[in-house]
Amino acid sequence: MRSHFDLFGLSPAFGLDGEALEKSYRETQSRVHPDRFAHAGDAERRASMQWTTRVNEAYRTLKNPVQRAKHILELHGVDVEFETNTQMPTDFLLQQLELREELEAAAAKKDAAGLDALRNRLRGEKDRLEGQIAEALDARQDFAGAAGQVRKLMFLDRLDAEIDEAYEAIE
Amino acid sequence: MALLQISEPGMSPAPHEQRLAIGIDLGTTNSLVATVRSGVPAVLPDSLGRPLLPSVVRYHAGGKVEVGYAAQSRQAADPKNTIASVKRFMGRGVKDVAHLESAPYDFVDSPGMLQLRTAAGVRSPVEVSSEILRVLRERAELSLQGNISGAVITVPAYFDDAQRQATKDAARLAGLNVLRLLNEPTAAAIAYGLENAAEGTYAVYDLGGGTFDLSILKLSRGVFEVVATSGDSMLGGDDFDQRLFCWVVEQAKLPPLDARDMRLLQMKAREAKEYLTFHGEAPLTAKLSSGELVDLSIDSETFCGITQTLVGKTLGPVRKALRDAGLKVADIKGVVMVGGATRMPQVQRAVAEFFGRDPLNNLDPDKVVALGAAMQANVLAGNKPQGEDWLLLDVIPLSLGVETMGGLAEKIIARNTTIPAAKAQEFTTFKDGQTGMSFHVVQGERELVADCRSLARFELKGIPPMAAGAARVRVTYQVDADGLLHVSARESSSGVEASVVVKPSYGLADADIERMLRDSYEHAKEDMHVRALSEYRVDGQRLLEATRSALAQDGRLLEPPERQPIDAAILSLEKLLQGSDHRAIKQAVDALNRATEEFAQRRMDQGIRRALAGKKIGSL
Repeated sequence: MRSHFDLFGLSPAFGLDGEALEKSYRETQSRVHPDRFAHAGDAERRASMQWTTRVNEAYRTLKNPVQRAKHILELHGVDVEFETNTQMPTDFLLQQLELREELEAAAAKKDAAGLDALRNRLRGEKDRLEGQIAEALDARQDFAGAAGQVRKLMFLDRLDAEIDEAYEAIE
Repeated sequence: MALLQISEPGMSPAPHEQRLAIGIDLGTTNSLVATVRSGVPAVLPDSLGRPLLPSVVRYHAGGKVEVGYAAQSRQAADPKNTIASVKRFMGRGVKDVAHLESAPYDFVDSPGMLQLRTAAGVRSPVEVSSEILRVLRERAELSLQGNISGAVITVPAYFDDAQRQATKDAARLAGLNVLRLLNEPTAAAIAYGLENAAEGTYAVYDLGGGTFDLSILKLSRGVFEVVATSGDSMLGGDDFDQRLFCWVVEQAKLPPLDARDMRLLQMKAREAKEYLTFHGEAPLTAKLSSGELVDLSIDSETFCGITQTLVGKTLGPVRKALRDAGLKVADIKGVVMVGGATRMPQVQRAVAEFFGRDPLNNLDPDKVVALGAAMQANVLAGNKPQGEDWLLLDVIPLSLGVETMGGLAEKIIARNTTIPAAKAQEFTTFKDGQTGMSFHVVQGERELVADCRSLARFELKGIPPMAAGAARVRVTYQVDADGLLHVSARESSSGVEASVVVKPSYGLADADIERMLRDSYEHAKEDMHVRALSEYRVDGQRLLEATRSALAQDGRLLEPPERQPIDAAILSLEKLLQGSDHRAIKQAVDALNRATEEFAQRRMDQGIRRALAGKKIGSL
């Protein structure tokens, strides 16, 4: 059992059947979860915790598009280089600046509706990018190209987290 | 989810084989114990038929301890020795507790957790809580006529690691085998979900005496999955009393009060608050020690006015949990109300307005947590056959991190991560020849370490001298099914490994617990060795039973030479269980545990493979 996909009996693809993943996750959990071994000996309880931890991590990774893509790339020996590769296309960076300015303006005005609109727009952008990543990884096996798209998606995730912080600040 | 239905003959263990398991709601104001009997969950009352046990402990100079109604009735007369709402102090230091000045106790600041000076000596909140748990354990033993095999203890979902550890320590001190710490809103969701065969996404709004939790759960057949949790571990019904108390002091223009008058007025404020739930106006009269008479009355409008900010404070965590879950108000199918403080009409109105629907109040908000805990205890004790039990997936409420350069907190495990969870991070040395590294483990969402809760500090020593940046120190955070954190660190680049396991500094060391147990037995004139022997015997029997049934099920996973040491360990434990050497029994238990490690791994492997094969649980 090498990959997180193997653990759930799924084929390693970015385009994922969410329901199948959830079903397999629950089926697996129902066999290894510590609640099943609350009365067992130390050895079984320890083994159960290790396995459940692993199953949870695999599930968390596969549910999150960025983590799922990173995992697939790692399986093919490709590093996303988020920390080191900061080269992004100019038009993408300009768009990021624009979105961040919008965020700052909405936060300054305590404009919850503005944040809602921004979040919707971001959702659209993310859907589009995820479509491209699925195309690059599953159809074309273009790992280098996919890595670039994943870096973009990570940018958008960060912006999403900043929107959360802005909501919190205006409450 | 046929919980309330008695199982078919032959499907679950026969009644005499059922293990006695209990659920305990250790509340700020009241505590309860419940169990499942013949398939039906029920709260166990005291000998006078009262289901609640007021969470009040009174210490006498002679060492006598009173718990419950007797202690509660002496609160105003003996405020310093009568400890109420001790839950607010669990895992907390003096500087962490709000309104400390209006609590009539003699606090002792001590590292980690504060302590209280009483007529019987200095007591920690863990010890005070263990007195409450001990009374509930004895109540259950008397009522169920047998040894309690294990207990599920509930904690507020928003409790941090220190508070959870303190609760678990208190339970151990009370002589309970803790099957699991369970989050209160999750316990309520189990009771509500099973009773109503609920499916869909639900919110649990749990406003207790001293804590507020908001959990969002996905309920589906056989699965309770917490998607997000949020809250405030310093907000509860007590704060409403406190506002009313301040209002009284202001209205009656009272001078600074002594401990007795303070406690008296706080109790009167609480009574008035409860009266206002069903009436438009409440009288509030008290005779102070000076002879002065306080004679006021408050209407519900004024009460709503002075507590409006408190009600508003609960809605922030509600919004946050929804955001974390990626859900909108419209996605929530129902809001389950838990905790005595949700009886206040202004709380009901605020929740109804926020969610645009009437909250669900069809379960007793005082009992639902204990009932849910009892149901979970029954499952964990193995009393329900597979297929009739359920899977519970809970999360950690607050992110766990480590201090990095400049006093910043770097998150290692994010809040709302499903537990058990683990994550490792690598660190390196920044000086040539550096042989030690110190770590500071913190919990919370804020960026600065100073704003987070400090859980533990530890040092990894014995790193071989290397150039700066060459050492590879891997720090692993593991959160177990109780939501408790274990941290370990090891240096591995040079092949020399140093490793350390830390337990958060708020938790008691095993030696402390042993000492406290010894003290309490001396006091109770019980023989500690007799107790220890009986506990190790129960442990040993439990392990024998579990191992035999595992071997009967999956013995074929072992080759004969692999099985031989397990059989030998079983034989040796069996023999020692006949005798009375508790140390030898303990060693034999440890030996059998070690002997079955590989077997346990293979059984898990098999479980995973079967899950992949898509076979149904019942068909195996």
